[in-house]
Amino acid sequence: MSQYLLSVYGHRESGEVDATAAKPAEMQAYMGRVAALESEMDASGAFVFGGRLHGADASTVVHKGGDDLVMTDGPFVEAKEHIAGFYIIEADGLDAALAWAGKVVDAIGHAIEVRPFAATGHVPT
Amino acid sequence: MTQPPAPEVEPGPHREGVEPGSGRVVGVEVAFREVYGQAVATLIRVFGDITVAEDAVQDAFVIATDRWSREGIPPNPAGWIITTARNRAIDDLRRSARGRELHEQLAVEASNDPGDDGQESGPVSDDRLRLTFTCCHPALRMEHQVALTLRLLGGLSVEEVARAFLVAEPAMAKRLVRAKFKIKAADIRYRVPSDADLPARVRSVLAVLYLIYNTGRDDPARAALRQEGIRLARALVELMPDEAEAWGLLAVILLCESREASRRHRGSVVLLRDQDRSTWNHGLIEEGHAIVRACIRRDQPGPYQLQAAIQAVHCNAARYDETDWSQIVELYDHLLALMPTPMVALNRAIAMGEVKGPSAALEVIDALAPQLDAYHLMHAARGTLLRRLGHSDAARDAFQRAADLAVLDSDQRFLTEQLEEINHLDPVDRIDRFADHVTPTLLRVVTSERCTGHLHAAWADQR
Repeated sequence: MSQYLLSVYGHRESGEVDATAAKPAEMQAYMGRVAALESEMDASGAFVFGGRLHGADASTVVHKGGDDLVMTDGPFVEAKEHIAGFYIIEADGLDAALAWAGKVVDAIGHAIEVRPFAATGHVPT
Repeated sequence: MTQPPAPEVEPGPHREGVEPGSGRVVGVEVAFREVYGQAVATLIRVFGDITVAEDAVQDAFVIATDRWSREGIPPNPAGWIITTARNRAIDDLRRSARGRELHEQLAVEASNDPGDDGQESGPVSDDRLRLTFTCCHPALRMEHQVALTLRLLGGLSVEEVARAFLVAEPAMAKRLVRAKFKIKAADIRYRVPSDADLPARVRSVLAVLYLIYNTGRDDPARAALRQEGIRLARALVELMPDEAEAWGLLAVILLCESREASRRHRGSVVLLRDQDRSTWNHGLIEEGHAIVRACIRRDQPGPYQLQAAIQAVHCNAARYDETDWSQIVELYDHLLALMPTPMVALNRAIAMGEVKGPSAALEVIDALAPQLDAYHLMHAARGTLLRRLGHSDAARDAFQRAADLAVLDSDQRFLTEQLEEINHLDPVDRIDRFADHVTPTLLRVVTSERCTGHLHAAWADQR
């Protein structure tokens, strides 16, 4: 088994995936799809950890400036897209992870990125 | 950098000892090339790790070079290499804790699995198809897919793969490392994908199989790759009988193969016009024609089926001047609509020259020239047309440029002959003789163009 990060990207303008722009009925349908997907992930044992993030406005970048630690407001890369949420899943190879990724894309109607963990992470208990 | 042996050396162990010492080494080298893909594919299945498999097969080749040069090539070279490589890898792995685990696991698997001994049986060729699909996973870039398959299945050196793509060797080395890293890190499994995944992968697999066949066709020292391409194409249609383009690929390969015996003489290219048609393999032609007819009935034309149809028209002519060139031009029109690349346009122009004459063809090719400046056969085609129009000086320059760019011995030899003829003889009409030689290399260059495009895009992104 390998672990993968499924990153959901959002648009800076809209803050988070479709949330502010969507009509209440659409939003409810969206939340329903996501909840169904998450129970499916959980039941199959693929779900490790996941969560929705605040918008990029709430992000801080920490880096080295000479000998000191410097903090800068904003996301790491100055880009239109930023991470809006993510799942960490456990899957039997990339194809299995991509199958989950396909379901996430179906549920949220948005492109996502699949990236393997370099080493298996610790599952919080 | 390994130069391929001179083309007049017949591949195969029976040529050993013809020249004391060197002949034997050539025989060993040829045997290596023939078994490389099979050995690497089997070892990857056994160890699930590309680097372990490659290293072990390399080690086995080093041992074999010494042993085989002294004792001769064993009756089953593939089995010998696979067994030796597996033992080497196990020895290496046993020294680590992970290796001990793997070793115990393998002991169990090996006893249940008779397919590891390198016999020419189902599971082994399946290994190669599985490896093709692994290399062609859509999570890898197209140019990485093709390069990796050529390296692992075709056994081409990094330098040779770089040459096939018209890129520098360090860039290719980096590409291969990245592709292997991604397969390992992302855990891309070594298997033929499920039915649902097949259509997404098949385009790359088709391109790769065609490239493998054409690599064997371009280089007589790698003739084994032709059989490899045919075997894999047959395995693919068996796996995906509903995929029209897979049938198209098989047909185009079979029809090209049918003319193989007549394509070279004394290490020089023999053009379509001059080929002895009685040596064509009519069994393969019949099989290819039957597939093309079935494709036409199915009516889902794609690039491979159209190329197969073009080959079918060539093979249909009992004599060169009975070739139905207007039908060929028409097929190229369709192909150009599907694949609007300068390579297809070049081939179409050459066929059109047969119908409308050399001036018309030259006009089209001159317009394409800037895009295909690095491609030797474009210059050769220009030279042929210029010569036909009586412009000897311009023709000489074009052939000279073609000869400077050509890499294969057989191409260089042919182009040198052309230059000598221009210097000594009257102009002769040769334009169409290129048709046979140019068409099969079509997709190779198309693929590399696409790859170069991708690479530029990647660099632009990293800027």
